Amino acid sequence: MVMGDLGRDVDVVVVGGGPGGYSAAFRCAELGLETAIVDAQARLGGACLYEGCIPSKALLHVAGLIGEVERARELGVDFGEPRVSLDPLRKWKSERVIGKLSRGLAAVAKSKGVEVVGGRAVFESSRQVRVEGDEAQTLRFAHAVVATGSRPAPLPGIAVEGDRVMDSTAALALPDVPERLLVVGGGYIGLELGQVYAALGSRVVLIEMLDGLLPGVDRDLVQPLARRCQKLFAEIRLGTRLTGLRAAGGAVEASYGDATATFDRVLVAVGRRAATDGLGLERTRAQADARGVIAIDERGRTADPHLYAVGDVTGEPMLAHRAMRQGKVAAEAIAGRAAAFDNVAIPAVVFTDPEVAWCGLTESEAERAGRAVKVARFSWAASGRAATLGRADGLTKLIADADSGRVVGVGIVGPGAGELIAEGALAVEAALTVEDVAATIHAHPTLSETLMEAAETLLT
Amino acid sequence: MPRTFVLPDLGEGLVEAEIVRVLVKEGETIAEDAPLLEVETDKAQVEIPSPMAGRIEKVHVAPHQTVRVGEVLVTFADGGAPGTADRAAPAAESRRPQASPPAPPPSAPSSSERQGPVPATPSTRRLARELGVDLRSVRGSGSGGRVLDDDVRAAAGRPAGRDGAAEAAPAAPREGPAKPLARVGLEPPPLPSFEQWGPVERQPLSHLRRTIAERMALSAALVPHVTHFDRADITDLDALIRRNLESARERGVTLTLTSFLLKATALALREHPIFNASLDAEAGELIVKRYHHLGVAVATERGLIVPVIRDVDKKPLIELARELAALAQRVREGKATLDDLRGGSFTITNLGALGGTGAMPIINYPEVAILGVARAREEAVVRDGQIVARLMLPLSLTFDHRVGDGADGARFATDIVRRLERPDQLLLEL
Repeated sequence: MVMGDLGRDVDVVVVGGGPGGYSAAFRCAELGLETAIVDAQARLGGACLYEGCIPSKALLHVAGLIGEVERARELGVDFGEPRVSLDPLRKWKSERVIGKLSRGLAAVAKSKGVEVVGGRAVFESSRQVRVEGDEAQTLRFAHAVVATGSRPAPLPGIAVEGDRVMDSTAALALPDVPERLLVVGGGYIGLELGQVYAALGSRVVLIEMLDGLLPGVDRDLVQPLARRCQKLFAEIRLGTRLTGLRAAGGAVEASYGDATATFDRVLVAVGRRAATDGLGLERTRAQADARGVIAIDERGRTADPHLYAVGDVTGEPMLAHRAMRQGKVAAEAIAGRAAAFDNVAIPAVVFTDPEVAWCGLTESEAERAGRAVKVARFSWAASGRAATLGRADGLTKLIADADSGRVVGVGIVGPGAGELIAEGALAVEAALTVEDVAATIHAHPTLSETLMEAAETLLT
Repeated sequence: MPRTFVLPDLGEGLVEAEIVRVLVKEGETIAEDAPLLEVETDKAQVEIPSPMAGRIEKVHVAPHQTVRVGEVLVTFADGGAPGTADRAAPAAESRRPQASPPAPPPSAPSSSERQGPVPATPSTRRLARELGVDLRSVRGSGSGGRVLDDDVRAAAGRPAGRDGAAEAAPAAPREGPAKPLARVGLEPPPLPSFEQWGPVERQPLSHLRRTIAERMALSAALVPHVTHFDRADITDLDALIRRNLESARERGVTLTLTSFLLKATALALREHPIFNASLDAEAGELIVKRYHHLGVAVATERGLIVPVIRDVDKKPLIELARELAALAQRVREGKATLDDLRGGSFTITNLGALGGTGAMPIINYPEVAILGVARAREEAVVRDGQIVARLMLPLSLTFDHRVGDGADGARFATDIVRRLERPDQLLLEL
């Protein structure tokens, strides 16, 4: 405590300004609670806006444009070879995309009367947090929401000096377009960024420890993406572990499987870790496990009645939209409302070309659980809209409870899958039946019809 | 393939249990039906036997953890085959988005009919939370079995946890440490910060304590309680017990006052059936029970537990005494089965051993009456104009004023007192 710092009282302190944190804070303010957000960078948006969802989607949009230009040639339109200038691209990404959204969030905070305090928050007790920054101060609160998010996980035991080995944050800064790029990890981060760099001109080699890309996702949804990646990437090695990295001049020599090769840069995308170290949680009753993940109940409350936690600090799935919903639930619970995070469908989207999206139960999960389901697959080869887009490689599948006909899961692969999954999430969350989906008029010709068509195949 | 074993449906609408002890270790090979775990539910502490023989590959739970029905308890390896479990996430696993909460594990071969979340729209689920309705206990009338707002409202109008009704689940708290109690009625105002006056310590409630707290709050909030006091002169009964103590002991039974209390109450209940009932407020009906299963409150180290003796009105006294002793022991050792603890239609709570001159007990909802008994003392009473020393037993009958009035309670209490005061007649009624 700084001399003369008597501290201030607020109703709610939100620690972390990412999607979970600002959603919680905004909702608290709407419900009449005096709320402050403490953010280490004194800004709202978190990893999502500055080093995650948003910049990666901006770059994937550019990668998609380049892919479209290539496809256009087959349709008789030739734009020539794309020339990429990194400076304007970086400027567009950071100013027109991130900067604009960041200013927008700051304006919303202001209009709702949420104060954003810059500095590192350290809990001193279940009722008090110290903010370490330019102006140290103490905030006393009735409730706090821990929303400090996650960081890219490092590769255990493998470290290289210098900036040649990047995590997703470094890769999104787009330092250059390396001639040779090794991507470690075939999850969605590795695939998305691998596609960005491949489109920009890198020769990409991707290795994945498990025996398939996007582990856990139904194989029929992954297949079209895997085929596209095989075209875009120089090489994909499955069931392959990175065994060593060594600085070699201005490059990096990597050993994996039985191979050793030299790369200009290496992207490590092996998951994310909850960021709870140094928070002082040990001075509260909240409990974090060995991986830093905080245990919460369905309202988002930790073992400490004054502390809530939302977002990546509460573990998988580490997705911004889950955090946002959790934030709103925690805010309402703090305000005394009967709120609970009881969502059934948390949509997941991989923003690659083609996109892969799913929600609810997957077919393989249903199989493992021994649950009686009916599965409908509707190939986009039979979709008029897909044909006009030149994209017949998509697939829409619908998983329904065998007895009741309720939609319990939806999976989509193809361009626009991330948008299409919204209807699937609504159907699963609201427990609609295949008949409800089949009897709803879908505009023609659109890709959304594929959901209706899939549902129709399950009607009896 | 490794096989998983999930917390089976425990019946009685129980949706969760707290792990008390894990009786096996990973790597250990066990026989079918060997004890696997000890769990404590809202009703009892029970041992869960192994459903199969095999080697325990992984134990997924730890003591003090609360698990819900359907959650995986242990994984069995099969024939030493490494199986698919080896694929489970190594330390540096790829970050992968997950579609939804993990799929519900396969249910044990039991009566569990529902898999996965209850089908209802988010707004209906919110309504259920606001009305304190456990969605799992509601039958959905919508297409595909979807629970609709009206289904929830209908369920809210009906008292939850009705005896014997399989659909009636207690409004159970969800998983997670130090959970809040289910709220009944009024919202408690926020607590002041006691730290300002001195150091404090926060102690999480045990599973049983939480259950008791919730049940008592529910009963106190829902039921208009009224307590009737009376005293029984048990001088003759006490003498009778003393006279027969030795002969009963020879038959391996300790004769106690409680067994006579049970008998006298059950016989009086036959004449006053409204106190052997439950109120169905939704239907506007009194459910009168044609059985007389009496619960006896037993204080244990873990808290109050109420084992039930069945058909008290029909059993000989000596058998009641024997059953009561065995049941109380099972309860104190934490070995009572669920069947020992459910199905009661009336409760007796005897605090006589601990002293006191009287207490106003709270009804064991959804029963409608409870008899409290304090310590019997020798008192100076007037008999035929003479002051004599008599052994007097204070009784307090608490009942639900919705089902009966003061006069009903007084008559019922009088009939219990009369039986206790005339043990010879009590014996004739057997």
